[in-house]
Amino acid sequence: MNGLEISVKMLLALPCLLYLASAALYVIYLFRQKASTQKMAFGLFCVAVAFHVLATIILAFKIGNLPVHNMQQTLSLAALAVSCAFIYAQKVFRLKILGVFASCLAAGVMVGAVAVPQAPAEQQAILNSFWLWFHIILVFLGEAALALACGAGILYLLQEHGIKAKRQGFFYKRLPSLDLLDSTSYTCITVGFTLLTFGLVTGFIYAKTALGRFWGWDQKEIWSVGTWLFYAALLHCRLYSGWQGRKSAIMTIVGFGLLVFTFLGVNILLGGYHQVFTR
Amino acid sequence: MTDIYLIGANHKTAPVELREQIAFDAGEVAQALERLKNDHGLTEAVLLSTCNRTEILYYSDSPDSVARLIQLVADMKHLDPDRFEKNLYVHKNQEAIRHLFMVASSLDSMIVGEPQILGQIKQAYKMAVAQNMCGVVFNRLLHKSFSIAKKVRRQTGIGDNAVSISYAAIELANKIFSDLSTKSVMLLGAGEMAELAVEHLMGHQVKRITVANRTFENAVSLAQRFNGGAIKFEERVEALMDVDIIISSTGATDYVLTAPDVKKIMKARKNAPLFFIDIAVPRDIDPKINRINNAYLYDIDDLNNIVTSNIEQREKETVKAGRLVDEAVIKFEQWMDGLKVVPSIKAINDKIQAITHAECEKTLAGLNLSGADADAIRRMTKAIATRTLHDPIRFLKNTGDHRDDSRYLSMARQLFNVDLLDEDE
Repeated sequence: MNGLEISVKMLLALPCLLYLASAALYVIYLFRQKASTQKMAFGLFCVAVAFHVLATIILAFKIGNLPVHNMQQTLSLAALAVSCAFIYAQKVFRLKILGVFASCLAAGVMVGAVAVPQAPAEQQAILNSFWLWFHIILVFLGEAALALACGAGILYLLQEHGIKAKRQGFFYKRLPSLDLLDSTSYTCITVGFTLLTFGLVTGFIYAKTALGRFWGWDQKEIWSVGTWLFYAALLHCRLYSGWQGRKSAIMTIVGFGLLVFTFLGVNILLGGYHQVFTR
Repeated sequence: MTDIYLIGANHKTAPVELREQIAFDAGEVAQALERLKNDHGLTEAVLLSTCNRTEILYYSDSPDSVARLIQLVADMKHLDPDRFEKNLYVHKNQEAIRHLFMVASSLDSMIVGEPQILGQIKQAYKMAVAQNMCGVVFNRLLHKSFSIAKKVRRQTGIGDNAVSISYAAIELANKIFSDLSTKSVMLLGAGEMAELAVEHLMGHQVKRITVANRTFENAVSLAQRFNGGAIKFEERVEALMDVDIIISSTGATDYVLTAPDVKKIMKARKNAPLFFIDIAVPRDIDPKINRINNAYLYDIDDLNNIVTSNIEQREKETVKAGRLVDEAVIKFEQWMDGLKVVPSIKAINDKIQAITHAECEKTLAGLNLSGADADAIRRMTKAIATRTLHDPIRFLKNTGDHRDDSRYLSMARQLFNVDLLDEDE
């Protein structure tokens, strides 16, 4: 078992270092605003993702399942989901500056993944199900999209504050228009919310097949549905009460905080049957 | 001794009435260059004339050329030289080079960092070339001025940030809206200021322009000019439903748009952003509007503050830019020194002596000669080198007064490939 653990660390260390390098380049880009730096940073980020995908596949084959059996694997998969979501978002919105947020987030989560103490990853037959795979992949991608929405929301607040206060500070030149930041955030929320919805549905179906019930008042279940309702409320307010801009941005950031708590906090602090994944 | 001279007047030394009088249009520039060549015997000269400056840069060996050129300008412009002589500055050599580099880098401009000046200098250079008035020195000097200007622009923040009110407003609009071509503008008031503001925004192709004015006819006529629509002044609040940018410049003493008006409309437009630009004094738009979510209000003072701080920012960058210019001046002077006779002759002589010496020693090493014989051969090769160079050196020392020394020196340096200072970045 020990041998596997060391090699897992090795597998994840390389993409982790590449993410860190990419994040460093992105920070330089934030200050210097050179297009070539951004290109290099994004290129490096893509290389990091390629190695990360490779590492995840190797890991999946080694344990014969999706690598979500302990905290390390879970964090690594979360980072991968954020990275993939960002590469896709970059192609769609060309919001280069979001890379600063995405690369730092991915790098931070990966450092966490490499650094956490190892818990033995036990192979459980119960985890081998078609529904579970869908549940995990959809939830992770949905959460990644919502993470990007939070990033765009933070950038929106920074830019909005500068314009309202009539001070053209550090961010004024560096950030794009409020319109673009807001619509990016909105698109990320709708995509993330949709994925999360299907993720929860597949989760319920899986719970029925594996545990014999759809709903069990488990802490994780309650918090997940709570988070889902929060985003549903946010979307509702946007559509029917015109909550765009500042309010929406703040909600997005609060929502992401809630999401992180549901993702990690509940498992660590409150327990529940999902706890095994974050040991 | 030939020197670079620069005579000129700019916005710092001469008022606009005088600058207008001594400005040259393209035809006059050609004419002036013609006269400089034929009447004054100059071989290299450039005449730069813009709305902020008129400058003559020339290469001459006579110190009294300055007075003669001032007289020439006076003749061509039908002015008394006394009328403008006190407004002129005259720079020589290093100072002239520095001044040209400063002007090209837009450090001497009225608005530091404005980009047009480089194009104007290029134009002046082209005209001088067309008149065959650019030789070895000026070709290099002007090209160096272009490259230093680009370097300054690239390496300092001198060209960043908006330095005019309308540009600052458009920049803000672009930071609020992602695509101005899908946005509509409403003008409150049909005055000259409104017209100016719209002319700038039209350059950015907004979707539609609506004009509201107390005198409806004026609104209609202004709207026609911009292919827009006119509305009654009383309709202005409801019209906020369909517009995104509001430019206000009425002569009203009260607010023509109040915070409650906008709050109501904001709800109806589902909080789609509104950008208010209030260029009227006294203000037209209630400042409380800026506190409403997704509504942004800039009055003339706010815009002026941005412009002022941007100009200060630019001026900070001039210190760095000045250093780059100084470096370029020193390099150019070194190159100019190289064009002087003595160092060139020394460089050529050194090179040939070094070659003969090296070849001689190589041959002697293979032969088994006594010390005295070897010395004789050394003396002989040295003599060959000296005698070979005798005529070219004599020629370079005395090319005759009527000839262009720098051209021959430059050619000689190229011929012997001793142009070591030539570094083109």
